[in-house]
Amino acid sequence: MLTNNKYSNRYNFAFIDESTKKEIRRKLLKAVAIPGHQVPYSSPEMPISRGWGTGGLHVTLAVIGREDIFKIIDQGSDASVNACNLREFVETMTGVRTTFDTAEATLIQTRHRITEEELQEDQIFIYQVPMPEPLRLVEPYEIKTKQMHAEGDYAKMWVYLYESYVRYNGIMLGADYPVKVNGRYIMAPSPIPKWDIPNLDNSKALHLFGAGREKRLYAVPPYCRVEPLEFEDIQFDIEHFSGKSCYRTGYQMAFLDELYFDDYSKHFVINDSNFMDKISSKNFARQHSNKYINALK
Amino acid sequence: MRNRTDDNWLLRVRHLTKIYGEPDEHTLERTGPAHNSNICPETQSIVACAEIGFDLYPGEVLGIVGESGSGKTTVVRMLYFDVEKTSGAAWLRPYRNAAVNYLEESNQKKRFIRNHLMGMVYQNPRDGLNFRFSSGGNIAENLIMAGHMHVGAMRDRSSQLLIKTEVPITRMDDQPGSFSGGMQQRVQISKAIANNPPLLFLDEVTSGLDVSVQARVLDLVRELQRELGIAMIVVSHDLSVIRMLTDRTLVMKHGRIVESGLTDQVLQDPQHEYTQLLVSSQL
Repeated sequence: MLTNNKYSNRYNFAFIDESTKKEIRRKLLKAVAIPGHQVPYSSPEMPISRGWGTGGLHVTLAVIGREDIFKIIDQGSDASVNACNLREFVETMTGVRTTFDTAEATLIQTRHRITEEELQEDQIFIYQVPMPEPLRLVEPYEIKTKQMHAEGDYAKMWVYLYESYVRYNGIMLGADYPVKVNGRYIMAPSPIPKWDIPNLDNSKALHLFGAGREKRLYAVPPYCRVEPLEFEDIQFDIEHFSGKSCYRTGYQMAFLDELYFDDYSKHFVINDSNFMDKISSKNFARQHSNKYINALK
Repeated sequence: MRNRTDDNWLLRVRHLTKIYGEPDEHTLERTGPAHNSNICPETQSIVACAEIGFDLYPGEVLGIVGESGSGKTTVVRMLYFDVEKTSGAAWLRPYRNAAVNYLEESNQKKRFIRNHLMGMVYQNPRDGLNFRFSSGGNIAENLIMAGHMHVGAMRDRSSQLLIKTEVPITRMDDQPGSFSGGMQQRVQISKAIANNPPLLFLDEVTSGLDVSVQARVLDLVRELQRELGIAMIVVSHDLSVIRMLTDRTLVMKHGRIVESGLTDQVLQDPQHEYTQLLVSSQL
């Protein structure tokens, strides 16, 4: 007897239909070809609202294959709500293996952090981006920011940094510090801390950025120049934890979170949960190295 | 004028024309001072200015005078890329030794020309200054556009310029919105000359200022001209400004040049009846 299997799967592999995935992949190719340039894309409907990680999810689902090993973090943690829900969704829709181990993963989606462990050539790193336009700080109109990018007219952004120095005696930008990619486009690296910015420079992995609500994709290809904006005499610097160390591992050379305990005492803890697990179980984890972290040693 | 010969001009303008609307081939013939209108009766297109041509020499100050709506501001705005030209050409000596019509360059190159070779002072300081930045930041913006990247050096340069234009340096980090009109205008002038441009446009710089402040701004412009030898195009409806600042003058009406010559000559012995009217109503 003949059976009809056509509707036995309720969803296509990786949820999004194939032609839309193809569209996203084509836009990603364009984004990789012009590092730091924002490419508009369809941003199709997802079972979560736009602005809750849909951009990263679109990219993940468009590039994921059955052999991929998937990891997702939210602010460095594998266990926070956003990460758990999206992990479960990707797992259900693709059946791929998921992991907490940064070194093992081939595809890592992230919200607001780069892993402490160094990324490798066979890894793709995918960011959920809330605000893809770095010039929005200084220019409210999209038509003007597009023109500014096209003509490389970034004076207003630089004056913003100048003004910040004049008023506060320092560049008052924390997360989402603007960077110049490949000597051409100014790009918003998504709200990663300044600690992570140098790790984008000349990275071995492919970095893909998806902003679902704003409907923009962009990319930093492997071994690409990424420089934070700085003046000759007023330089970019990463966060300093002034000698504080992780209360669980005693480790100092990682991005630390500040915790208040019930007795009001203040403690610090490594923000990257997988990295902390590896440190505390004495497993090897090759950390990113850059001049700022090296200077701390 | 110093060492002026036929071919050492700084800026050459020929047949510069701006028409709003859709003109036909007779539009230019049907408009102008002879018809006492710059609106084409057939097509209703507006000829803001037409067939403007002149040479400007290094260090020279050229005046453009005329009633409001005569197209004098349009001329400088086209030369500064604020307004797209309809037709015509202009060559700038410091830009590729005047080999190309600079009005037809790409946007990126236009930006380079604007940032490195020209300065503009608008009638309204809000057009030339960003009121969300401090006055020092406004000057720094021009310096950054010309490739400066050292904050300390930029602040030194800004304070030099503010001293020169008599703005107290203690106000350097204040926003121009908190300044008086004359001070805003002087900050705007500092910004315009920050990169030592060889060419400066002044569009009705003193209109809207009270008389004593007017005099100080004019003194400043004259002093800068003498000190730095910048070539200037001064647009004004005010004949006393023209008399005080300029070497040569173009008189415009209904979008055309009706008379041109040495400023003293034009003002002492006006030939065209419109100029005569202008001069007599002044005196």
